[in-house]
Amino acid sequence: MIESFLQYEFLQNAAITGMLIGIVAPLLGVFIVVRRLSLIADALSHITLTGIAASLLIEKRVTSVNELNPIYMGMVFSVGGAILIEKLRKLYKHYEELAIPIILSGGIGVGVILISLADGFNTDLFSYLFGSVTAVSSSNMWTVVCITIAVLIIVILFYKELFVLSFDEEHASIAGVNGRWIHLLFIVMVALVIASSMQVVGILLVSALMTLPVAAALRIASSFKQTIGLSIAFGEFSVILGLISSYQLSVPPGGTIVVIAILVLIMAILYKKVRNHLYVKGEPV
Amino acid sequence: MKPNKIIDMEQVSFKYDKELVVEKVDLVIERGQFLGLVGPNGSGKSTLIKLMLGLIKPDRGTVKLFDQPIKQFNEWQEIGFVSQKANSFNSGFPASVIEVVKTGLVSRIGAFKFFNRKHREKALEALRTVEMEEYADTNIGELSGGQQQRVFIARALVSDPSLLILDEPTVGVDAKHVTAFYELLRKLNHDKGISLLMVTHDIGTITEHATHVVCMNKTVHFHGASEEYKEFDDQDLNRLYGHSVQQLNHNHEHGVSQS
Ligand SMILES: Nc1ncnc2c1ncn2[C@@H]1O[C@H](COP(=O)(O)OP(=O)(O)O)[C@@H](O)[C@H]1O
Ligand SMILES: [Mg+2]
Repeated sequence: MIESFLQYEFLQNAAITGMLIGIVAPLLGVFIVVRRLSLIADALSHITLTGIAASLLIEKRVTSVNELNPIYMGMVFSVGGAILIEKLRKLYKHYEELAIPIILSGGIGVGVILISLADGFNTDLFSYLFGSVTAVSSSNMWTVVCITIAVLIIVILFYKELFVLSFDEEHASIAGVNGRWIHLLFIVMVALVIASSMQVVGILLVSALMTLPVAAALRIASSFKQTIGLSIAFGEFSVILGLISSYQLSVPPGGTIVVIAILVLIMAILYKKVRNHLYVKGEPV
Repeated sequence: MKPNKIIDMEQVSFKYDKELVVEKVDLVIERGQFLGLVGPNGSGKSTLIKLMLGLIKPDRGTVKLFDQPIKQFNEWQEIGFVSQKANSFNSGFPASVIEVVKTGLVSRIGAFKFFNRKHREKALEALRTVEMEEYADTNIGELSGGQQQRVFIARALVSDPSLLILDEPTVGVDAKHVTAFYELLRKLNHDKGISLLMVTHDIGTITEHATHVVCMNKTVHFHGASEEYKEFDDQDLNRLYGHSVQQLNHNHEHGVSQS
């Protein structure tokens, strides 16, 4: 394993990309979960698929273009989808969640048409759906490095604004926080991270990496910082172990990463149950 | 010179969609006062507070804070606010008590700066004021309603405001803690010199503690010292309130019988 890791560049790319995603996806995931926006991650991952399909189609049909990296088109669509969701949420003030199925089904609908026009379903596409340890190019890896650095800087810089907005929007507004602007910045970051994550976990399972580690952390943490720390730790653990087992078992990493994240979640739930049990027993009656 | 009129509303009207909920309200709060704002449910009290805080804009009239038109006002750290919704927040939110209190400093710290140890000290001090210091690292969701209420007051106090606005803070707090709660308010008003505006529909109790009382039902029906207010008999109240007075008295008796 270690030998092949040192030998093959694609494994190094996948490992580094995976480890970075293991940090930023759960980090943004914490804010997504506490703001009850989990479904937005799903909608954005599906519209990323549309972008990838569009990219594959262009590559196929437009002869002047021969090496188009689908991740960029995926990002463009994902960010566009994020902005569209915000617009729709404003349009349907009383039914904000309607924006999600509109974008989600729209994304898949258009995606399926584009895919069929391009080439039909092939292995390339399969790796975008469920992730791959062999498909991460070094230029993709560097894109993810840049996005990770940008996300970390922005989250650190706007940590208190993001936190107060998540906890109490009314209070944030009195404190002079420009909620609309911060929210837009946030949703664009989410869109970029989703498009970057898809290479490793795959489009269908990106949102799992944003929510499962957070769900586990919520069972245990007693502060927001702890929730973030534990979510990243759980996310990172799932990615690393998931990538290794994916390589060993020759199955897509999306599957192994999510299965491990679910096992972590089950452990966290059990841990909480056992701890409560002991605590109650330990109490003098 | 610090301005004496902390809040000055003139002829303020506001409607949600078509329904007028605040009509031609004049309201002045002076430094040092403890003002009770009373009125039946749906009489526009919370809406009036939102107008004061600039969360919504009046259709008519002007709002001045600390002698400045609200548009120009930017010293939000001078005003602490405990919303009516404070006790209905998402109790599964993974935040510790001290993290919640520190959010009260966001406007004072400003953009592109970080929380530091000094802010933690300030937050602990505010928690000490409400006697919740020992819970600093506890998850906010694990506290009782009354304890959460104190934490939100600490959050409002942490920026050293000169005015504290509380919207129905005793709802959901059990009766035996209400006395302690008023004791805390007295301490803030007397010892720390913080002006208070407290919204409630419990007329009987508030007149015991507040220096001034405002009665409203869409518009202001009475504004004066608490002693003056106590001299009103039921008939005056009936005239001021119309049919709603029964409900108010009922709420009052309810509150007393609980304690
Ligand atoms: N966001 C809103 N949209 C529409 N109507 C509202 C809204 N908030 C309050 N109202 C209405 O305005 C009136 C006054 O409400 P409110 O200010 O909350 O009263 P109070 O705080 O005195 O109980 C009520 O009739 C209420 O139904
Ligand atoms: Mg109200």
